[in-house]
Amino acid sequence: MTARTLFEKVWAAHVVQQLPEGPALLYVDLHLVHEVTSPQAFEGLRQAGRRVRRPALTVATVDHNVPTGDRAGPIADPIAARQLEALAVNARDFGVELFDLRSPQQGIVHVIGPELGFTQPGMVIVCGDSHTATHGAFGALALGIGTSEVEHVLATQCLVWSKPGTMEARVTGALAPGVTAKDLILALIGRIGTAGATGHVIEYTGDTIRALSMEERMTVCNMSIEAGARAGMIAPDEKTVAYLAGRPRAPSGAAWDRAVARWRELRTDPGATYDTQVELDASEVAPQVTWGTSPGMVTSVTGRVPSPADFPTDAERRAVTRALEYMGLTPGTPLEGLPIDRVFLGSCTNARIEDLRAAARTVRGRHVATGVRALVVPGSQQVKAQAEREGLDRVFSEAGFEWRNAGCSMCLGMNPDVLQSGERCASTSNRNFEGRQGRGGRTHLMSPPMAAAAAMAGRIVDVRRWPAS
Amino acid sequence: MARVLMEAFVRHTGRVAALARANVDTDQIVPKQFLKRVERTGFGSALFHDWRFRSDGSPNPDFELNHPVARSASILLAGENFGCGSSREHAVWALREYGFRAILAPSFADIFYANCCQNGLVPVRLLPQEIGELFRRHQAAGGEYQLTIDLEEQRVDDGLGFRTTFSMEPYRREMLLHGLDEIGRTLRFEDRIGAYEKGREAGNGKRETW
Repeated sequence: MTARTLFEKVWAAHVVQQLPEGPALLYVDLHLVHEVTSPQAFEGLRQAGRRVRRPALTVATVDHNVPTGDRAGPIADPIAARQLEALAVNARDFGVELFDLRSPQQGIVHVIGPELGFTQPGMVIVCGDSHTATHGAFGALALGIGTSEVEHVLATQCLVWSKPGTMEARVTGALAPGVTAKDLILALIGRIGTAGATGHVIEYTGDTIRALSMEERMTVCNMSIEAGARAGMIAPDEKTVAYLAGRPRAPSGAAWDRAVARWRELRTDPGATYDTQVELDASEVAPQVTWGTSPGMVTSVTGRVPSPADFPTDAERRAVTRALEYMGLTPGTPLEGLPIDRVFLGSCTNARIEDLRAAARTVRGRHVATGVRALVVPGSQQVKAQAEREGLDRVFSEAGFEWRNAGCSMCLGMNPDVLQSGERCASTSNRNFEGRQGRGGRTHLMSPPMAAAAAMAGRIVDVRRWPAS
Repeated sequence: MARVLMEAFVRHTGRVAALARANVDTDQIVPKQFLKRVERTGFGSALFHDWRFRSDGSPNPDFELNHPVARSASILLAGENFGCGSSREHAVWALREYGFRAILAPSFADIFYANCCQNGLVPVRLLPQEIGELFRRHQAAGGEYQLTIDLEEQRVDDGLGFRTTFSMEPYRREMLLHGLDEIGRTLRFEDRIGAYEKGREAGNGKRETW
């Protein structure tokens, strides 16, 4: 048999029907649903008199627009409340399990999927959210879909997808102290651009990737979409198995043993080829900070704001000019030292327990700089509870951070957590688009330790040399 | 209504609006504050909201779509990687409701491209130099520029000498040409889906081996 990649194996195992006109009908093992991209899909089912084909393979939670403050009272925003209510009604009417605001398991859909053991190697996983790529860290083929596709999966348990190309992102070498998985993926996006992997599924390989924890791998896969790839994957290994062992929705007993045996065989064959390849030397990666309005507009913290003249094409020069104007930055300005107003520790990229621990190590015993407002939004209520058991909430609170409930929060600012126009934010999220965190808000993406250090210093600092002795 | 937007598209002639920006993301096409609706309608006024309107709510005269000649446009000429970022289909609903029937760009983000095809918005990929030429012609005409998109022939024509062809996967093209409901199309294979599920339940199915 010809040597195949991880992607090709998972793809082939899920083809229900190859359609004559090009795409395949792929079977979906897990469909994650949230409040923002699903109401129109359920309404479509209702109008057509259709049901959810496999409610047991469908799981819903609320994350995008939920308030992260006190949850005792009613939700202040009536439109957000209506959307949450719609999901509750849809889940009930169509027999879908829902982790709602009262659930101790509620959280960002891409945090709770793995945390509860829903996410498993070899699965096809979809969700009406582009950061579904996160689940690829387990060797699943996981991708974001639109609402019409959500409706299609609800009705048929299948997705129509034309087979994408494959890209290997080979990462080798040891990460230097103070450099994280977030810096790796930002550096890769900086290298290949935000459309560098369009039409492809990325497989991350190499000793650096193998050395990452499962949570770090999730951070890497999460931002595949920021490089244009609908999905990113990492072959499962013993870390994957250890992570899933004992999770409530992972298989148990004899089914666990059979599953683990299959997972251990799931990897790219020696000699299999990819359509395209890119290599990254992790030992050369420094902490990354974005300076513009696209995740590809990124450089090392030791770098300077570039000049439009540094770019080869007209289109790029126009984009950079526009980005610098929006960001209120002048070419040549060092990133280190840029004063910040807000700090956001959260999002499906960086709000897991290891992220909070890493940030807390930077924070411990210090205080948020005067004039800076800083927020910690755990990725799930379980992450929050774990952090509280470890006393991290006190570390953050005593340092002057606001300690919140789980949700997407200021990553996209659908709930009340938004930047004011002109405010500059050090953020652990995934997108620095214009207005993403609030109209006129200026986002600098970075790792949790970098964002925590920025909160303490009141400006962007190099966490490797901070605090200066 | 679910499928109102999915009207058939065979050929269309219309005024072109030009948005010469690369990497236009779906957060720009529909900002998040408009995503709380539970309907597929009501997004037209949200289209490019933060670019179209100043903070006080008045139209921003500098924004390309606010130019008087662009008001009646039904074809959008755009830069590379159009529709990147969030999977929100609301972006496509907004473009359709505003009046766009087709978008021409050198490249589209994958999820956005798929979303277009679900809603009767025809995404046309042309070579970068062809898009460049269209931008030049649009500018030379002072924005009073029309194109005909023929999906059946897969052809773009301005009637003034610019003529080219484009490719589209037959599956997507069929859907757009006939305004097809994808779920209905897939349910033709309902037996195959059932057989696949049975194969799995029986265990030792082909999914079990890689």
